[in-house]
Amino acid sequence: MNIFRIIEDIEKVDPEVYNRIDSRRSVFKSFGSMGKKAALAAIPVALGAVFNKAYGQSAGTVVEVLNFALKLEYLERNFYAGGLAANGLIPAGAARTAIETIQMHEAQHVDILIATIQSLNGTPISEPTFDFGKNFADWNTNYQTFLTLAQAFEDTGVRAYKGQAGNLMSNDTVLQAALQIHSVEARHAAHIRRMRDNKGWIEGAAENSNVPAGAAPVYAGEDNVSQGGINDVKTVGAGYSAAIATGAFDEPLTKEQVAQIVSLFE
Amino acid sequence: MKKTQNELPEKDGALKSSLVTPMQRRVFLRYAGASAAAATLLFTTTSCDDDDDNGPMDPMAVDLGSGDTGILNYAYALEQLEAAFYTEVVTRSLSLFSQTEQQIMQDLKGHEGIHRDFLKAALGSAAIPDLEVNFSSINFNDKNSVLTTARTFEDLGVAAYNGAGKLLEDAGFLTLAGKIVSVEARHAAVIRDLISNGTFSDTADANGLDPAMMPADVLNAASAFITTKINANNLPK
Repeated sequence: MNIFRIIEDIEKVDPEVYNRIDSRRSVFKSFGSMGKKAALAAIPVALGAVFNKAYGQSAGTVVEVLNFALKLEYLERNFYAGGLAANGLIPAGAARTAIETIQMHEAQHVDILIATIQSLNGTPISEPTFDFGKNFADWNTNYQTFLTLAQAFEDTGVRAYKGQAGNLMSNDTVLQAALQIHSVEARHAAHIRRMRDNKGWIEGAAENSNVPAGAAPVYAGEDNVSQGGINDVKTVGAGYSAAIATGAFDEPLTKEQVAQIVSLFE
Repeated sequence: MKKTQNELPEKDGALKSSLVTPMQRRVFLRYAGASAAAATLLFTTTSCDDDDDNGPMDPMAVDLGSGDTGILNYAYALEQLEAAFYTEVVTRSLSLFSQTEQQIMQDLKGHEGIHRDFLKAALGSAAIPDLEVNFSSINFNDKNSVLTTARTFEDLGVAAYNGAGKLLEDAGFLTLAGKIVSVEARHAAVIRDLISNGTFSDTADANGLDPAMMPADVLNAASAFITTKINANNLPK
């Protein structure tokens, strides 16, 4: 095996390979200082380490993503707890039961994220303080405002997890758990949207989700029709409307986009 | 190293660029994966570690293939099933539903249809053929039968994508699967609420996690509705 041949091969698909491993150059130097046989024997392990560091996601990255998710779960959990505690805000019956169910799940998500971070020897963030009234003064006195925010939080949560899935690929267990939370958030989102007489799915950007202009960042990019290299997914098969094409695919948000949304409440 | 048969096609219209790049990346990831992969490169020259040594299969069975292609074909099989079901519902059962519910059924038919057609286009020549479905156990004149079947399919779809995410090697495909699974979860929630309002997320366990299922279990659950034999033995495990 020729390690440099392999790197050349990689360079064909990733021109930046040398930059990525540049900081690890000492590894290559150490090959030189070893006897040839010893160096060759060390290659499998050393090579794996080099590439894992250059390309793989360290446990640190995974913990970072989990802490990012934990902050969102704290936001949701505390928001619903606050709403349930506000006298007369949420009507008794189906509405209150649904919010209680959702609040319970968000609390469970907080707990499992903390446990997972600790199991990876990471440090969970401490519970943040949120100011739900910062931009929405009637968040816990006006039921419609409360539900609007709930919808925005759930749809944001779905998009946030989706955006981070790729950063969890180094840990199958964590990735799967994140996906299992992600789909629960989507179920919540669909129910809250229907409580507001919206469709359970997101057609187009903010215009069909019955939210104030300030909530547009929550739905930015949901009107995308370019999927998996197909420039216009409306054209597949016998053709589909924009509503179907955008409703059928949820879109991710970046960490930065999510942070901007969360900052409205802190 | 994994077998490369049934890799994504290198040429097939619009998808060439999108699918060739991930394929190259996948090849590359085999290099970069870990020391084990490096060891394989070192010591293995000719023999490949076949994934498909799982005994005799029906030669007429549809082979989903291996690697990310296999997982995408697996998703394509499930979307074919769902799309065929809602096509039947819209053709035969609409009168059972209120106006709002009819819109929901039309939307579900559209969403599952576009998922199916999108995956078929994305897979190009690697796509499995059309599957033959068997809906004889469903009473399309009975609202409850239609809704409980829809619930089965949607919850199964969510669990399937949740379990398959970790089997994908390409991050782009993982995001794509993520874009689809949350819509399936929205469907599942709405259907569940139509059956009994408030049950939208009753699938979650005590940790607030939705189910995740491996392909063999999903296909076993779906097999009552699919006549075509499916060979999933070459899928990543």
